[in-house]
Amino acid sequence: MKKKIDWSKYGILAALIALIVFFSIVTDSFLTSVNIMNVLRQVAIIGMCSVGMTFVILTGGIDLSVGSVIGVSAVTAATLMGGGTHPVLACLAALVIGFVVGLINGALINELDMFPMIATLGMMTALRGVAYLVSGGKPVYGIPKSFLFLGQGYISYFPVPVIIMIIVFILGFIILNKTVFGRTVYGTGGNQEASRLSGVSVKKVKYQIYAIEGILAAAAGIILVSRVNSGQPAAGQSYEMDIITACVLGGVSINGGEGKITGVIVGVLIMGVLTNGMILLNVNEFWQWVVKGAVLILAVALDKISQKYKAKVKTV
Amino acid sequence: MNSTVLELKNIRKLYPGVVALDGVSMSFKKGEVHAIVGENGAGKSTFIKSITGAIEPTEGEIIFKGEFIAHNNPAKSLEMGICAVYQEFNLIPYLNVAENIFYGRYKTKGIFVDYESMYKETKEILDDLGVKIDPRTLVKDLTVGYQQIIEIAKSISRRAKVIIMDEPSAPLTNSELIYLFKIVAKLKERGCAIIYISHRLEEIFEICDKVTVFRDGKYIQTLSVAETNKEELITLMVNRDLGEQFPPKQLVKKDKVLEVKGLNTDVIKDIHFEAYEGEILGFAGLVGAGRTEIARAVFGADKINGGEILLNGKRLNIHSPKDAIASGIGLIPEDRKQHGALLHMSIQENTTYAHLSNFANKFGMIDFKKEIKAVNEYKEALKIKTPFISQKVKNLSGGNQQKVVLAKWLITDCKVLIFDEPTRGIDVGAKQEIYQLMIELAKQGKVIIMISSEMPELLGMSDRIIVMHEGRITGELYREDATQEKILSMASGGQEEVK
Ligand SMILES: Nc1ncnc2c1ncn2[C@@H]1O[C@H](COP(=O)(O)OP(=O)(O)OP(=O)(O)O)[C@@H](O)[C@H]1O
Ligand SMILES: [Mg+2]
Repeated sequence: MKKKIDWSKYGILAALIALIVFFSIVTDSFLTSVNIMNVLRQVAIIGMCSVGMTFVILTGGIDLSVGSVIGVSAVTAATLMGGGTHPVLACLAALVIGFVVGLINGALINELDMFPMIATLGMMTALRGVAYLVSGGKPVYGIPKSFLFLGQGYISYFPVPVIIMIIVFILGFIILNKTVFGRTVYGTGGNQEASRLSGVSVKKVKYQIYAIEGILAAAAGIILVSRVNSGQPAAGQSYEMDIITACVLGGVSINGGEGKITGVIVGVLIMGVLTNGMILLNVNEFWQWVVKGAVLILAVALDKISQKYKAKVKTV
Repeated sequence: MNSTVLELKNIRKLYPGVVALDGVSMSFKKGEVHAIVGENGAGKSTFIKSITGAIEPTEGEIIFKGEFIAHNNPAKSLEMGICAVYQEFNLIPYLNVAENIFYGRYKTKGIFVDYESMYKETKEILDDLGVKIDPRTLVKDLTVGYQQIIEIAKSISRRAKVIIMDEPSAPLTNSELIYLFKIVAKLKERGCAIIYISHRLEEIFEICDKVTVFRDGKYIQTLSVAETNKEELITLMVNRDLGEQFPPKQLVKKDKVLEVKGLNTDVIKDIHFEAYEGEILGFAGLVGAGRTEIARAVFGADKINGGEILLNGKRLNIHSPKDAIASGIGLIPEDRKQHGALLHMSIQENTTYAHLSNFANKFGMIDFKKEIKAVNEYKEALKIKTPFISQKVKNLSGGNQQKVVLAKWLITDCKVLIFDEPTRGIDVGAKQEIYQLMIELAKQGKVIIMISSEMPELLGMSDRIIVMHEGRITGELYREDATQEKILSMASGGQEEVK
């Protein structure tokens, strides 16, 4: 029996490689170790959150509130530290907020049967307001020097946020592929009722994944504070779109049940490389938006077309 | 009359690792009911999907009314008058009967939908079929049997020349079945060619003219129904001797394991029964009698309004299927696609899904070696036909999907297993293997509760049969004195059995 290689799985990887090759040729500075670290550092925040988002989308949900959680977490941590609270405690407080927001999202979706998009849309708007209220509408300064390592430091060659992102990806990979919980995430997204009838507590799974995403977003907010040395109330604004884009580019099915962390890593890198390359090429910001949106649509379109083609082509 | 409507030449369909159809050539005639039989995965569904254009065969030709059809697709075949009634209906629950029948080609008067004439025409078709359904009824309020009639009515309204039915009888009750037969006879009279797929061989002798046997994707033989018998068909299908259908079983009455007292839900009223170690307890009744509801209530899938469930004399507190499974009660649901299988996941992932913690360490990490070994054992035991266990369940044939769902529950160590229509869509050979397995489980001291609409299965397998009618238990029969007549009389609310 000849094993058929399913090339469509690698399409997105090919796109990433093509982008890298392209930018390496048209710019001098793209393929330098400094710039590569730059790309990785720029995607660290989105990368972390995309792991949680993958869990959420796999169960058939969506979380639009991540960006706002980043904002609330950032201003909370910054305000507390500015007021003299020990950084560890300040961070803990921010993480708890992320966790609680996740539980609230879960409760709205589980107990009130709300559509995830609606529930988290409400949370997104409300929490952005909270971020501005907490900070009084202004950036919060007064971050202790010792705290800056988290966002700006290096461990050997690697920026700390990049290391954190890699750890999150590895953990996400292990949880999704090798644990009971991961399997129930896939099962819940694919067929919720069959999962329930197989003894899976579907509600619990949903609470868990929104809580995980909440905590990851809060952690991302904390890292952002350290990186920019302040708590910005606008921090994380519209990040949810980049995060969802990365997941979808990476092949996570918006209907739930299908998708892989490895794909999401590629999706995140595409977003990073594209942004970085365009900046190097001095493409203006408005065009950057156009390109990013076009890339998303193109990627999904190509995927659909290849599926149709595959269904027709003679398979041997 | 010798008029071939549809002819297929050398149809081949290859999937990765599987030859689903291996050069099948057949033809179908006007006014003839032509059955196709074969084991699960023999290629029957693939064959009809090739005809309707739902899939494109790797090779082969389709000739309809003497014309070669290139680039077939579902819309095109519908247009030509080839209609299929799939086991999963394509009806839209929140539209009414007439809207469903005319879906996609509404009659209009100016820019408005012409409901009057749609209702009128629907009523004519339904009257002609001899069914009394108001065209304004929402499809979701109809029973499965009636929904199927609507599917058929849809084909009629399209003036179908060829009507294909893939396991149409599987979800039907006996009385609905008789209805279906009448309708098939009528369609035949009108000169439709009917392709009829079923695992219930008795039906074929009742309504079909010809029968074709498939085996392993190959066309084996076409026989005239008048000149063959069940045994010959089975031999052709499985290519081996099957022996006795229901393996013998001896019940030694042991301890009471399950006791249900005064169970009430919105559908079932005041249900009392008990089940014993090593017993196979059958539940008989018409569809809608509340058998599935009892199963779901005991399993914690539906809310109960009152009642107690005791296991080994201990009162259980069941609020969810999870609780039930933890107490040792399992339910193999009747609706495979909605409730049983995780279609997008692999055979491996499905099989261990209800019992996954058993294959994981205390940190929740899955032991893949152990998992694969166990799954392979069940794949062999149930003869699940697939090249590899990483195959997605949606790519399996209907019967093999059902086997995967069974495997999921057999692998758990539940003390009480409730099977809701366990052999629906399963071929004769595999049925026997499943019966054997049930008996083995009973021998191990488990309690087997079997809900079934198939009389021979109920009578052949059950040590005791509880009969239901409209949400209540109307009688109980032991194996020795159970007969089809007694069961039917109780199931229709006849007399109470006096013990
Ligand atoms: N999309 C697919 N991908 C891979 N294999 C497939 C796919 N669809 C069908 N098969 C395989 O083709 C074979 C024939 O399947 P088919 O559904 O035609 O069987 P069937 O005769 O209808 O069986 P059943 O009685 O169980 O319904 C099976 O081995 C099945 O696993
Ligand atoms: Mg089939």
